[in-house]
Amino acid sequence: MSGSNEPGGLSRDDVMHVAVLARLELSEDEVELFTAQLSSVLAHAADVAALDLSHLEPSSHPIPVENVLRPDVPRPSLDRAEVLAAAPSVEDDRFRVPRIGGEAP
Amino acid sequence: MSTARAIAAAVRSGERSAREVTEAALADVDARDDTIHAFLTVLRDEALAEADAVDATVAAGGDPGPLAGVPIALKDNLCTRGIVTTCGSKILDGWRPPYDATVVELLRRAGGVALGKTNMDEFAMGSSTENSAFGPTRNPHDTDKVPGGSSGGSAAAVAAGFAALSLGSDTGGSIRQPAALCGVVGMKPTYGRVSRYGLVAFASSLDQIGPFARTVEDAALLYDVMAGHDPLDSTSLPVDAPSTLETLEHGVEGIRVGVCGDLIDGCAPDVRARVQQAAEALSAAGAKVEEVSVPEFAFGLSAYYLIAPAEASSNLARYDGVRYGLRIDAEDAATMNTATRTAGFGDEVKRRIMLGTYALSAGYYDAYYAQAQRVRTLVMQAFDRAYTSFDVLLGATAPSTAFGIGELVDDPMAMYMNDICTIPSNLAGHPAVSVPFGTGDDGLPIGVQVLAPALAEALLLRVARVLESAAPTGGSQ
Repeated sequence: MSGSNEPGGLSRDDVMHVAVLARLELSEDEVELFTAQLSSVLAHAADVAALDLSHLEPSSHPIPVENVLRPDVPRPSLDRAEVLAAAPSVEDDRFRVPRIGGEAP
Repeated sequence: MSTARAIAAAVRSGERSAREVTEAALADVDARDDTIHAFLTVLRDEALAEADAVDATVAAGGDPGPLAGVPIALKDNLCTRGIVTTCGSKILDGWRPPYDATVVELLRRAGGVALGKTNMDEFAMGSSTENSAFGPTRNPHDTDKVPGGSSGGSAAAVAAGFAALSLGSDTGGSIRQPAALCGVVGMKPTYGRVSRYGLVAFASSLDQIGPFARTVEDAALLYDVMAGHDPLDSTSLPVDAPSTLETLEHGVEGIRVGVCGDLIDGCAPDVRARVQQAAEALSAAGAKVEEVSVPEFAFGLSAYYLIAPAEASSNLARYDGVRYGLRIDAEDAATMNTATRTAGFGDEVKRRIMLGTYALSAGYYDAYYAQAQRVRTLVMQAFDRAYTSFDVLLGATAPSTAFGIGELVDDPMAMYMNDICTIPSNLAGHPAVSVPFGTGDDGLPIGVQVLAPALAEALLLRVARVLESAAPTGGSQ
C-alpha cells in the first residue's frame, strides 16, 4: 500500500486498493470524495494513534467472551423453503451463483 | 396516545379493546406519517390480528401480559418473520426474514402489538436518519430538523404519539441521541442484557437493543419484558435481570452522582445549562452530587470510529448477492459481488466499510485497530475508577438540540461528533439513558444522560425517574 503526505496519510491509491478489498467499485468522483473524507476521520484518530498504551491489553469486547456450548441434541433448523425463497437465485435446493474461479482480485 | 402502562391496564381490565387502540394508532399514522416518515412499513393487517388475539385472551378471562394491546414500533434492523426488513438499505429491500428476533417474540408474548417497522440510517450508521435509502425521517417537534439517528424513526414514532413504545439499537448512541433530539426517553441496556438474536449486526462488540418511551416508567416496563438470558445469543449474559419497575420510585437519597465535565464541556451553552440544572435537581432530591473528571473519554470517539467500522467491514461482507437481498447479475461471482455491493450500499456504509477495511489491513492493524482496542481498555479502566467514588455519572446526551436536515450530511466528521457523549458507554458495555430535560434556546428538546456501571439498570432508571419528575416543563430558562 502506498504512503502519502495527505492528512491522515491516506492516498487515492489507498482508497482504490481498499475498495477492491471491500468489493466496491468507485467512480473517479467518489475516489476523490472518499479520500478527503476518510483522511479527515483518520486525522482525528491521530490523537489515539499517538498515545503510548503499550502497557495495556487490547479489549475486543466489553465483557469476557467465552465459548458457549449447548447439549448436542438434534432440533429443527430454519425451514429450507423459507430460507431459499429469500435468495436471488436457486437451483435444486441450493443457492445458485455465477461462475467462480480465475477471478480473484 | 396514552402511556403504555395506561393502555395495558385498560386493555387487561376490558375497559378498552386492543383493536380500538390499534385502529386509532393506525388512523393516526395514516393521517400524519406522510410528513414525519417514521415508518418504512406499517403492519396494518398483522397489527389488527395481534390486537384481536389480545382481546380474545381478555374475553376468555386470561391475561395477555404487561404490554397488553400496546402499539409498539420496531426499528427495521430487527428481524420479523415474513415481514420486510430492510435496515434502511437498498441491498435488503424486499427481504423477508425466516425468523423473528427474540425481542419481537418477547413483546408478542407480553401482549404487545407490532405497529410497524421504523426508518433508520442505513445499517444503523448515522446520527440523523438521513442515511436511509428510503428518505429521511423528520423531527416531530420541527419538521425541518432531523430526529437524530440512527434509530430516528423509532424516536419519532414515540415523540409523534404514533406508538406508545418503540425499539431501537444503540451501537454508539443510536438510541440515546435520537431520544434526546425528539424529547423522549431512550435507554441502552448493559451489553448482553437483552438478546440480540435477530438484530442485524453492525458492530457486534457494541450493538445493543433498547427501549424508547415517553415516560421512564414505560421504558422500565419495556426493558423488564426484554431483559434476561437467551440461549440463542452467545453474548447474552446468563444472569437474572431484576425488575426495574419494582424499585423505580425508590428515589436518589444518598446516591453518589458524578457530574462529568468531559461529557458536558464541549456542548452548546443551553445544553450545558440544562445538565447543570439536572445536577441541582438530583442534589435537591437527596443525592450527593460532585464533579468528576474522566479525561480518557476524550479518546472514545476516535477509538469508536476505528472499532465500529472494522467490525462493520467484517459483518457486512455477508451482503454478497448470494443468499438474500439484492443481486446485480454478472458473468462471474466476484464481479457479481462487487456490482451488487456497489449498487446496494449508500455512501456512508461504503465509507465505513472502507475505513474498517483500511484499519484492519496489513501494516495498519496495530496502529489503528489494536490501538483503538487498547483505548477501549483505557476507557473501561477510567469508568472503573470513577465508579469507586460514584454510583452513577451525569452528562449531556447530545452536544446540541436537533440540527437541520441537510446541515451535516456532507461532513462525516462533524456528524460523528454527535456521538461524543454517548460512545464511552458503548465501549465499556455499560447501561445509559437519555431523559428529556426541558428545551434549548430554540425551543427544541434537550436530553440529559445518566450512565451507570454494568448491570445497574435498576439504579439507572431510578435516577432517570427523579430527573423526569424534576424536568422543566417548557421555556429555555
